[in-house]
Amino acid sequence: MVRRVCLLVLAGLAMAAPVASRSSTVIVSTTTSTQDSGLLDVLVPMFEKKSGMSVKMISVGTGQALALTARGEADVTLAHAPELERRYVAEGKMLNRRLVMYNDFVIIGPEADPARIKGMTKAVEALKRIAETRSRFVSRGDRSGTHILEQGLWKQAEIEPRGAWYIESGQGMGQTLGIANDRRAYILTDRGTWLAFQKRVSLPILVEKDTLLLNIYSVMEVNPANGPRVNAAGGKAFADFMLAPETQAVIRTFGVDRYGQPLFVPIASKSDADFQ
Amino acid sequence: MELIWQGVLQALTLLAGGDRQVWEITWLSLRVSATATLLSLVFGIPLGTAVALTRFPGRGFLVSLINTGMGLPPVVVGLFVTIVLWRNGMLGGLELLYTPTAMILAQLVIAAPIVTGLTLAAIQQVPERFRLQLLALGASRAQLVWTLIKEARLPMLAAVMAGFGAVISEVGASLMVGGNIKGSTRVLTTATVLETGKGNFDTAIALSLILLLLMFLVNWGLTWIQQGRRA
Repeated sequence: MVRRVCLLVLAGLAMAAPVASRSSTVIVSTTTSTQDSGLLDVLVPMFEKKSGMSVKMISVGTGQALALTARGEADVTLAHAPELERRYVAEGKMLNRRLVMYNDFVIIGPEADPARIKGMTKAVEALKRIAETRSRFVSRGDRSGTHILEQGLWKQAEIEPRGAWYIESGQGMGQTLGIANDRRAYILTDRGTWLAFQKRVSLPILVEKDTLLLNIYSVMEVNPANGPRVNAAGGKAFADFMLAPETQAVIRTFGVDRYGQPLFVPIASKSDADFQ
Repeated sequence: MELIWQGVLQALTLLAGGDRQVWEITWLSLRVSATATLLSLVFGIPLGTAVALTRFPGRGFLVSLINTGMGLPPVVVGLFVTIVLWRNGMLGGLELLYTPTAMILAQLVIAAPIVTGLTLAAIQQVPERFRLQLLALGASRAQLVWTLIKEARLPMLAAVMAGFGAVISEVGASLMVGGNIKGSTRVLTTATVLETGKGNFDTAIALSLILLLLMFLVNWGLTWIQQGRRA
């Protein structure tokens, strides 16, 4: 009896769901920071109109975004963790990694600049000085693309950051910026979020324009072998769309109206080697 | 403080101005949580009544399970429902993940134990003597149960309010199984998380206030039913 009721309810729920055929829905996994920039709110409707497919945009942490596609739970991923992405591609979980665009990271901090890093051009050297002076530094600490990049920088500096000066928030970029502002601490942030938080965060940019601080976004398609119900054709269509000249033109000017400067630089057809 | 005022003003502007997106989000919150609550009654009331009126071995254990279920963490429910609904999961063939239906399902899992547990308590608090009296007057089993449910009307409506309150305010499960997709599975709580993350604190406050207002209106309605002639 209980079983029958369960089945009935499930059947009812299934019927209530808008039925979309497999080939017409593309699941795109991406990172929260990509979503927060608002760029996808512009691009997704463009793609839906052009392709006739509907998009389910799932924005989660970088680790989860990649893992979902690797499990065949998403059809295409837009992420910004090159090293991790290359590993997934090498393992055959994802196919056809192509660069889409970049924005950049900056190190911001208190006006007083206790570690004296203002104007430095090497992010690694700046972090070394922050650690030496034990100046407060706030880290995302959440395995996000930003956090992974930060960890790479510490590694290059041959420092394992720990101690009372090193604060891990475990939260998104926005919340973490708020914490850094509150504690007058140094922090590594993407320029887009920093621009978006101008009203609430009064920490100026101290270090920028180091090639190590480039934040490179790529698309990767699901390997159809990853699961029984993947929409590989849809995934490929979305990836192709991201690299199409029209889309790249939209990316080039996105954000100018709000921040007076673009948030991303489109780089279709470039390769990792161009950014070493 | 100023920020909160800005939020209040924005909430009023969004509502009065008929901002389509906000109305859609609000309507979806109500639709998903009301459906989940109604379905939870379908399970919870009979189950709670049955457990309240019967004695069997292992009953204490079952009641403890139900009482634990009343505090099921939404994120845990969200995680398990997500895994079951994955394309590779048990019910992957239904393609329900990232739909409002998936959110209803997750919220049902959260609300059902609350309704069951409170129904159980409500029926049990009707004095034993009243039950015996009904039986002595020749009531059939169905009549007995119906009379008891009517007698326990006040606490049972409290169960409905508690179930609805739990699901409309949860964010963890909705975020995971719904995906917070704009125009499709974005509800008031997940939108609030998103806007906070973006640093749009005034919009986040506005959405919170709309959520509180919605909860108040629903509870007002339920209280009116509950208190009936007495109000």
